[in-house]
Amino acid sequence: MVGQRFLEALTEAEPRPPGLRITVLAEEPRRAYDRVHLTSWFSGTTAEELSLCDDAFAAEHGIDIRLGDPVETIDRAARTVTTRAGHTVGYDTLVLATGSYPFVPPVPGHDTPGCFVYRTIEDLEAIKAAAERARVGVVVGGGLLGLEAAGALTAMGLDTHVVEFAPRLMALQIDDGGGRVLRRKIQDLGVTVHTDAGTRAIVDRAGRVAGMVLSDGTELATDLVVFSAGVRPRDRLARAAGLAVGERGGIVVDEYCRTDDPHVLAIGECALAVDGRVYGLVAPGYAMAEVAARQLVAGPPDPDRTFTGADLSTSLKLLGVDVAGFGDAHGVAEDCVEVLYSDPLAGVYKKLVIGADGRLLGGVLVGDAEAYAQLRPLTGSPLPVPPEQLVLPAAAGPRGQLALPDTAVVCSCHGVAKGTIRAAVTEHDVVDVPGVKRCTKAGTGCGGCVKLIGKIVTEELAAAGIETRRGLCEHFARYTRAELYEIVRVKGIGSFARLIDEHGSAEGPDADGCEVCKPAVGSILASLSGGHILDGEQAALQDTNDHFLANLQRNGSYSVVPRIPGGEVTPEGLITIGEIARDFGLYTKITGGQRIDMFGATVDQLPSIWQRLVAAGFESGHAYGKALRTVKSCVGQTWCRYGVQDSVALAIELELRYRGLRSPHKLKSAVSGCTRECAEAQSKDFGVIATAEGWNLYVGGNGGTTPRHAELLASDLDHDTLIRTIDRFLMLYIRTADRLERTATWLTRIEGGLDHVRAVVMDDALGICADLDELMGRHVETYEDEWAATLADPERVRRFVSFANAPGVPDPTVRFTAEREQIKPVLFERLEVRGR
Amino acid sequence: MTSTTGTAVETTVEIATGTGWVTICPYDRLTPGRGVAALIEGEQVAVFRTRAGELYALGNRDPFSGAYVMSRGIVGRRGEVPIVTSPMYQQAFDLRTGECLDEATTPDGTPAALPTWRVRARS
Repeated sequence: MVGQRFLEALTEAEPRPPGLRITVLAEEPRRAYDRVHLTSWFSGTTAEELSLCDDAFAAEHGIDIRLGDPVETIDRAARTVTTRAGHTVGYDTLVLATGSYPFVPPVPGHDTPGCFVYRTIEDLEAIKAAAERARVGVVVGGGLLGLEAAGALTAMGLDTHVVEFAPRLMALQIDDGGGRVLRRKIQDLGVTVHTDAGTRAIVDRAGRVAGMVLSDGTELATDLVVFSAGVRPRDRLARAAGLAVGERGGIVVDEYCRTDDPHVLAIGECALAVDGRVYGLVAPGYAMAEVAARQLVAGPPDPDRTFTGADLSTSLKLLGVDVAGFGDAHGVAEDCVEVLYSDPLAGVYKKLVIGADGRLLGGVLVGDAEAYAQLRPLTGSPLPVPPEQLVLPAAAGPRGQLALPDTAVVCSCHGVAKGTIRAAVTEHDVVDVPGVKRCTKAGTGCGGCVKLIGKIVTEELAAAGIETRRGLCEHFARYTRAELYEIVRVKGIGSFARLIDEHGSAEGPDADGCEVCKPAVGSILASLSGGHILDGEQAALQDTNDHFLANLQRNGSYSVVPRIPGGEVTPEGLITIGEIARDFGLYTKITGGQRIDMFGATVDQLPSIWQRLVAAGFESGHAYGKALRTVKSCVGQTWCRYGVQDSVALAIELELRYRGLRSPHKLKSAVSGCTRECAEAQSKDFGVIATAEGWNLYVGGNGGTTPRHAELLASDLDHDTLIRTIDRFLMLYIRTADRLERTATWLTRIEGGLDHVRAVVMDDALGICADLDELMGRHVETYEDEWAATLADPERVRRFVSFANAPGVPDPTVRFTAEREQIKPVLFERLEVRGR
Repeated sequence: MTSTTGTAVETTVEIATGTGWVTICPYDRLTPGRGVAALIEGEQVAVFRTRAGELYALGNRDPFSGAYVMSRGIVGRRGEVPIVTSPMYQQAFDLRTGECLDEATTPDGTPAALPTWRVRARS
């Protein structure tokens, strides 16, 4: 990583040194990758995703990267190195970034099969393979990496032990109090922690690890052992070449990262810095990489770019537990005082170390490290607010906004100060976090500071009077979706053409929109002006799903989803669906939303399939639209011995009332007949749960990738009040939400949140309820089934052909194979098509 | 089609093959801002009409998904470039050149460009 950072710093340097040629000689079989996030490999992050160096980087800068062929000897007199494969490469400057190797205590049996270290992707592959046949695993070492390894073993289903020599976990970074809290939290996760425990021997049975003996004589039965007892600098090459190394290892370098040979530099974990330390963290390594690159580019030593030491601050989530230590975490400075907050029940421990002069020197945070991002940059500065405000939980008192000084280092991986980020905004027109990343590199290391960067950018933009709000897209840069909705509503605009001509940013009478604004405006027009969504110009606005009133699937075929309100369907209806699916050879599946999906229809088949569905009384289920999908229900009072209200009847009523309602995002709903919640109403955009007195209404829930429970909007509503409240809630959402913004996000974004919504829809705080009621009333009155209306008009049906010049010909590329007695899509083999 | 006021000459959309021009459909059949697919000598072509009335023809196969669906994408504009976005994974393609504006290559490493065809409206 440090070597890669060095390459980046070198290639970004201005002016570019003339005639610079770079050769990288690497031991591992792959290019530089992110070791900080190595553990994420176990949860599915691939080696490619961890990679820090792609083909393009090497190619663009003409860097010759040779993998799997490490340097074996250095000839300083001839200025050449010789690799294991026997190649000799000359150099003007040699940069050693050989890193470190894991320290394995020399206990008997330490090399028995089943013993591992935790360093490279290859190590992880070996551990994973062994874990498949193992039940118990022991990690030797309770530091940062050891706990990560323990987390990985636990996740693979092993009974996991951590054996730590020191009296506490993470002895380097945190103190005894923090260690106790961390230990308890980690034990709660099922990991057994042994502190004050050394390893005496590994038990070898039949050539494999069977256990280990601790220093107090107890024996732990285990199937594998992972050593994570620290690292040692890899200085063998330098030693052999006669370069000075430290007493306990590490290539001696000066503040410019130079060894005692001016043509050889050393950076990262193999180097012994001027302050007498070997740094095992990535941030100091990156700092050294920058300094070394500066030497090569700028020639004579630049006194402003030196490396004289770094602090050992770290903040991370270990097995889901926040842990951070920064600055003088152990309070070793003379006359310092400690401010402590400890809540063992909640598993929170926070300590600030404050100097005699009132400056913040360091601290430890366990269980809640949110304050780290603001505290670490303040290290060395006087506290801006009383210390208790910084450690008390947010609920216990106001947490003062910290005014960080410009010199405060926000991104410690790349050493970027707050002032640099502010300058990016004020001088380089950066308006967002990605922009800051490109411009300053801040936030591109471990990513822990990204939230703080976002805050700084927003503050800076606000201070400069720049609007932080972003428009819908380049064609409507000045308006959000909610504002366009109001424009369309107030001016009675009925077409995209008029909207973009009168309010779009693009010039010219025939301006086009894009894939962002067209469907968004199409949705606004559909929810406000009614009419068929495929009529006239509106047809051009719809994405392919809306355009063909069906859902596009992976091989270009479509799925068909009839509405089954409340999930209630007659046997006759089931038979009809079955017959249609059988006759058209469709794959059928019952969905989570209590409907039946039929997959595998071609564009040409859609009208004939729907002809039969409509004839049997089925309607469009709008599975293709950003619209109401389903209202799920349990069987309720009618059949269930616990139900207190008729949930099926209400679900059907709601589904029919809101069917076809176009909205910023799809809408899902459910009704449960009692508090047992069999319909899962609390995970829906709006959900209703019966009580003995009436109905409780929940809003703003969703499943999906970021699940969120709905919140209670109102309790014990009678039927009419319930319907009226949902009407207004939905209309307020449709009117004010952003494009593709679900109710959950909308609720958390809007000022005042749920309380504001309650005031608007229940107490008419804005005086717009009559308006909302009228809009919903119009929707309910004018609803017509889209598929029935499509079939009634030959012009609309005519678009459902595979080929404009061969209407009867089906698309030969839509093909299927069979699986479990049904069809399954296959992608057509590639045809070479050449344009003319 | 005949009418009492005389013979209306219908404008048609045509695509160049190796040997000549093939009629696709009447120009008016194309919705401004959308496309249709056509079968030309066994190959699939997506034909688009922009709001301003220009015609473009590209290969119908979406190189990212492998499905023949480009004609069903949304037609629009990115800056000065007229585009169609794939309905499958939303990459944008330059209608004039077939080049993909979002990604240079497909997952299998081939260049993510669509072939282009000559297309004209003829009365």
